[in-house]
Amino acid sequence: MTKARFSIYRYDPDKDAKPYMQDYEIELGPNDVKLLDVIVKLKAMDDTLSFRRSCREGICGSDAMNINGKNGLACVTNWADLKQPIELRPLPGLPVIRDLIVDMTQFFKQYHSIKPYVINDTPPPERERLQSPEDRLELDGLYECILCACCSTSCPSFWWNPDKFVGPAGLLAAYRFIADTRDLATNERLDNLEDPYRLFRCHTIMNCVDVCPKGLNPTKAIGKIKDMMVKRAV
Amino acid sequence: MTVPVRRFDAVIVGGGGAGMRAALQLSESGLKTAVLSKVFPTRSHTVAAQGGISASLGNVQEDRWEWHMYDTVKGSDWLGDQDAIEFMCRKAPEAVIELEHFGMPFDRLENGKIYQRPFGGHTQNNGESPVQRACAAADRTGHAMLHTLYQRNVRANTQFFVEWMALDLIRDEAGDVVGVTALEMETGEVYIFHAKAVLFATGGAGRIYAASTNAFINTGDGLGMCVRAGIPLEDMEFWQFHPTGVAGAGVLITEGVRGEGGILLNANGERFMERYAPNLKDLAPRDFVARSMEQEVLEGRGCGPNKDYVLLKLDHLGPDIIKQRLPGIREIAIKFAGVDPIKEPIPVIPTCHYMMGGIPTNYRGEVVIPQGDNPEARVNGFYAAGECACASVHGANRLGTNSLLDLVVFGKSAGDSMVEFIRNEMPNWKPLPANAAERSLARISRLDNQTNGEDVTEVRTAMQRTVQARAAVFRNSENLAQGVKEIQEVAERVKRIQIKDKSKVFNTARVEALELENLIEVAVATLISADARKESRGAHAHADFQQRDDEVWMKHTLYYGDDRRLTYKPVHTKPLSVDYIPPKERTF
Repeated sequence: MTKARFSIYRYDPDKDAKPYMQDYEIELGPNDVKLLDVIVKLKAMDDTLSFRRSCREGICGSDAMNINGKNGLACVTNWADLKQPIELRPLPGLPVIRDLIVDMTQFFKQYHSIKPYVINDTPPPERERLQSPEDRLELDGLYECILCACCSTSCPSFWWNPDKFVGPAGLLAAYRFIADTRDLATNERLDNLEDPYRLFRCHTIMNCVDVCPKGLNPTKAIGKIKDMMVKRAV
Repeated sequence: MTVPVRRFDAVIVGGGGAGMRAALQLSESGLKTAVLSKVFPTRSHTVAAQGGISASLGNVQEDRWEWHMYDTVKGSDWLGDQDAIEFMCRKAPEAVIELEHFGMPFDRLENGKIYQRPFGGHTQNNGESPVQRACAAADRTGHAMLHTLYQRNVRANTQFFVEWMALDLIRDEAGDVVGVTALEMETGEVYIFHAKAVLFATGGAGRIYAASTNAFINTGDGLGMCVRAGIPLEDMEFWQFHPTGVAGAGVLITEGVRGEGGILLNANGERFMERYAPNLKDLAPRDFVARSMEQEVLEGRGCGPNKDYVLLKLDHLGPDIIKQRLPGIREIAIKFAGVDPIKEPIPVIPTCHYMMGGIPTNYRGEVVIPQGDNPEARVNGFYAAGECACASVHGANRLGTNSLLDLVVFGKSAGDSMVEFIRNEMPNWKPLPANAAERSLARISRLDNQTNGEDVTEVRTAMQRTVQARAAVFRNSENLAQGVKEIQEVAERVKRIQIKDKSKVFNTARVEALELENLIEVAVATLISADARKESRGAHAHADFQQRDDEVWMKHTLYYGDDRRLTYKPVHTKPLSVDYIPPKERTF
């Protein structure tokens, strides 16, 4: 058994005038590997501790949080690799509902704003629309996004303008549809982003790339959209 | 206490694959529809499906839906209803093509068509040789499908109630379903959703087991709500153990690994499936492979210091195939097993994965229960689809990739049935019964006021340990009888669970307590149903009754929660258009 120390952001609007950090200490065994396992254990001791979680294998995107200053998924993070006391805070830049649970309305609003679905008004063929393996490969690194918001909430441009800047997750999704040979709305999509804020607030700080738990690269996708804008203008 | 009422034509409970496919039918038909989900829809457990969705597209090899039907009937160990199975397998190609048209990023063959891989139990020409029927998006097919369905619902302007937990089903005096109660998690307020038709698409309940591939949210909420409302549950003794859960962690490793050529090895380095299933080998159906693995461990040929797991070897596929076709598996193996499968095999054990039973429905997605002489009378206004439903297409054992297919085929079918019902039979809302929210409010108030009660985590752990020990891969009379006794003791404790968190705002302790009240209904149903079935069929492998007994037991179990009694109903032996597939011995 090993001891681990935690400092966790607490706020319950029902009873707390303002947020505070609460310290926890817990004995952990060899089966407590992931940070999420430990937080679940802490909740068994203190059932008021509130956070989201579901798949516990890094595919649903529920348990994104700020871990020792860096956004990540608790379920794929080994607690033993972290410096103690392990400091857990809600994702930065979004309103806190309670403890580690943030209000993601603005994040999803931006995702919806890029029309996240294939637009193709030609009558569908009887069978699948054909796509070459090479064309399909263009979607790799884009479609795997789990909408955890680690990227957008680590982006200073998104912090300052969450209502105007689409943010890395939304822009990655925008390029996912631009890059899809089955989608016929590239021009409309570029129009939708041609704005001082929506796309061009990205200053390639690359925090998004650094934190993405799926190893995706929104900055690269944003660069490709910017290139297309330039090409279209000349 | 007055509870606010919101009124919709249709209410869908659950935002996974089945719920969102149904929602499309309803939204696009112009009916006012609400989708309630405990989690943001793309966090539903459909997202974790990996290997593929089956359809006899024949993109790689000759294939026919009749062969798919045969495999599914045989896979079900002849407990599946052959009309529903025919319906699903016939609809499969158009369902997959439709997903492609929605924008789902399937992998592609050189000719541009959808990539298909082999999967367990799927064969050419009624069992002759494996066939490539599983349409795949790498090993993230569920993620690709769920996101595509969400995206399509954004396009259709479906109204989602995100982080709303349905609490109870509302039935009127005639027994018709007229709505649900639901908890808005962010505020802690309870609402009534008044509806002309309600669909349950609440997913599985794998969390009754201590080790499960299932997400935390898979707590059988729809089943719990049914039991409390007097609706029986069907075939609850049948739980699928997936052969390849990561040993210790429980996380899923897709059967697609074996579809791509991966093999299982025992401690002697022997490919033991050759002995158990000479024809299909590692691609035999899941119940068969899981039992073979357990047998190897029981006979002392397990691996590791405790000889308690076997190895899944795939390094011989080469780094290119692994990186291209199985990237998610590699990620999981590195993170949860500490091995890179390009170099080393993955330690695996059979792990609870899927609930074949559920809410009794027909292939139209209508919930059907015995009434008088009719074993399958429709419950007006009530529908179910996906893992929570029992159509029954999976019978005693589901084939891999048939679950994603089930979601879209029966999600759509249920949606169509609801549109028809609302348009033709329900011009107006039936009145809500007096005190429609009484049961839900009483549950919440008991939780808030319980003193000297039981701890939620402790009671849940006791339940999970009991189910894990008593309803495992191999079962026997003594163990099951003991399990029935123990689980009913745990159920008594659940009545006194207590929470310390009394906050209104996003009270996840309260949600977990309410979930446990659902889980325990599923756990009790499982043990009582399993204890009664004196034969071995599919996933129900009984040491004291090792043969399948079609004479006595080719019938569906129905469990009623109010007095914990069982009744039975016949299996549908008449397909819709083709000949009946009569039972035969199940070898692979």
